[in-house]
Amino acid sequence: METTISSPPFSPELQNHLTGRLLLASEIPFSPAIISDQIKHGYVSVTSGVKCVNGQYNCVRCGNQNSALFYTFPCKICNQDCTYCRACIMMGRVSECAKLYGWIGPDLKFAVPDKVMSWDGTLTSGQQTASDCVVEAVKRKGELLVWAVCGAGKTEVLFAGIEAGLLAGKRICMATPRTDVVLELSPRLKRAFPAIEVSSLYGGSEERSKASPLTVSTTHQLFRFSEAFDVVIIDEVDAFPYSIDDSLHYAVNKSKKPSATTIYLTATPSKQMQRSYRSGKLQAVTIPARYHHKPIPVPEMKWSGNWQKQYLQKKIPPVIASWVSERLQQKIPLLLFFPSIQVMEQVIPLFQTLSPKLETVHSQHPERKERVQALRNGEVPGLLTTTILERGVTIERLDVAVIGAEHEVFSESALVQIAGRVGRSFTYPTGTITFFHYGKSKAMVEAIYHIQMMNKEAWKRGLLDG
Amino acid sequence: MARCLFCVEEMKVVLTWRSLLLKKEAMTICERCEGKLKKLAGETCSICSRELDKNYRIEDLCLDCVRWEKDKKWSGYLSINISLFHYNEFLKDMIAKYKYRGDYALAEAFVPFLKDKLKDMNFDLVTFIPLSNERLMERGFNQAQALTDLLGLNTVELLTRLHTEKQSKKSREERISLPQVFQVTKPDLLKQKSILIVDDIYTTGSTLRHAAKALKTAGATEVSSITLAR
Ligand SMILES: [Zn+2]
Ligand SMILES: [Zn+2]
Ligand SMILES: [Zn+2]
Ligand SMILES: [Zn+2]
Repeated sequence: METTISSPPFSPELQNHLTGRLLLASEIPFSPAIISDQIKHGYVSVTSGVKCVNGQYNCVRCGNQNSALFYTFPCKICNQDCTYCRACIMMGRVSECAKLYGWIGPDLKFAVPDKVMSWDGTLTSGQQTASDCVVEAVKRKGELLVWAVCGAGKTEVLFAGIEAGLLAGKRICMATPRTDVVLELSPRLKRAFPAIEVSSLYGGSEERSKASPLTVSTTHQLFRFSEAFDVVIIDEVDAFPYSIDDSLHYAVNKSKKPSATTIYLTATPSKQMQRSYRSGKLQAVTIPARYHHKPIPVPEMKWSGNWQKQYLQKKIPPVIASWVSERLQQKIPLLLFFPSIQVMEQVIPLFQTLSPKLETVHSQHPERKERVQALRNGEVPGLLTTTILERGVTIERLDVAVIGAEHEVFSESALVQIAGRVGRSFTYPTGTITFFHYGKSKAMVEAIYHIQMMNKEAWKRGLLDG
Repeated sequence: MARCLFCVEEMKVVLTWRSLLLKKEAMTICERCEGKLKKLAGETCSICSRELDKNYRIEDLCLDCVRWEKDKKWSGYLSINISLFHYNEFLKDMIAKYKYRGDYALAEAFVPFLKDKLKDMNFDLVTFIPLSNERLMERGFNQAQALTDLLGLNTVELLTRLHTEKQSKKSREERISLPQVFQVTKPDLLKQKSILIVDDIYTTGSTLRHAAKALKTAGATEVSSITLAR
């Protein structure tokens, strides 16, 4: 960093802390004297956290504009009626009198060595095509959708693009709605880019204060950033809560520089995203085949009769009972998806008459991970679960059934994700996925079509073993 | 459409004959959240509202209050404390969001419950436990004062803090032995008056007893208190 003699000194520590962020004073561990000095020299910007424009309040940090989520109170800090944002209050109160500080001084430059990547694995030809598109997108700027089937191996597809970005001095962020994914990705990226500082951000993480060339973050943590990143990669862009929370979209957009590249990564893009892709508005590349070159098992639909009524009469629909019994006999691990925790809790005693070792897993279970591990180890023959396990779970030889697949919680993308649990491993690339239903839903039909289309495209592109 | 002040779920606003006849306060939190607030019930200590356990009482007092009342330095200053709810995990979260995150709006969630209790209490003047200036500047409001403000009662700032040290770091003995925690600022206002103190949590009772002692010494005839949690 060069400074000319005439320009007043800036604090490199404060520069590092504030670059690309917008923070409350309480989030800046520097003395008020240093901060006000740097403001005076024009290195630090100051803005009100909550602004009122034409009678409408808006929160600069989270983008909230819903008047029901602002509240005005007699504030002792500014000694007047002061309006604050309730939507993002868990990150510390942003109000009319609470200022947000950002860095507008000299640019922070990261020291990047000539060689940044140590990953030397090989890509399948489907992955290679996508990887080339990612590299191009990083150089070109703009948006790219990487539509990769469950089990395609999408992380490796990013490495070449990340490498190109880092070498070009870009600041890159990989964001995901799920903390689990941050925890899983962060060590993989650290291994692939050992010479680069990788910071991981999630609720409760501690690497908060370091600016680094490569960041892995939950979408939620991006609320504290502003115009920070040259490249933002959003993994599982269709996952909860990003899929339904507009403020997270605001957070991601705010964290990007105006000229940034955005890469969306998913197996199940939203309808809207699929439409923009088909109409040519959104550039996309697909990876229709899994890394093991075998087609994705196509779900089979089976009518189970009125399952709710049968459960109330303390009976498991016979087709479902025999599906479970067969697998118990052959010692094939199984997952049964239910539409709600209530239904699942109601029926578990019935299923335990088939095997007393069957257990349940749901979002509020503290031992979620342990139970999944028990299934993997063969200590438990099967688990009853809800859509909570639709993503990220890999178990060898697994067979899956959805009970009440017509229920509205099973959207097309949920069903595709659930089907994506089957046949993931190299040694066992097949398996069965069955939708038990009491009347087919549109989502079921679309999910099956979705998987068939992907398999068809994979055949056409020669990505599957003959 | 109304939303729960705490969990932000949508609420159905139901006006029943019962709610109209009883003139019940309009609730600002949903039934689910209200259900997680556990009222203090059954036999309670006649001074501090603690639910009485057969191993921890002498007649109608809990052993803590027995200990306070035996001590000449403290006996008789606090006539009665009414607390609304158990300080359970849910209320802990709610109060933490209210005072540490600074979500002033949550005061509105507590007000209907306070109003309900205050109907049966007698007092001439209302005051609240003050914060140190340092805390007040950090939080922007005093969580006890916010309650009195929204209750719309005749409230007077009667007390100031003499110490700013964090109370939670001290043992019970240390807290009790502190000579003076509060100073009375407007002694002429409270002569011959019965005073109600509002605070958020009754933990050991020492804060409220310090306040009560200061107020009575300055001329108040009686001091009672009301808190959200116990
Ligand atoms: Zn906000
Ligand atoms: Zn203010
Ligand atoms: Zn609620
Ligand atoms: Zn007591």
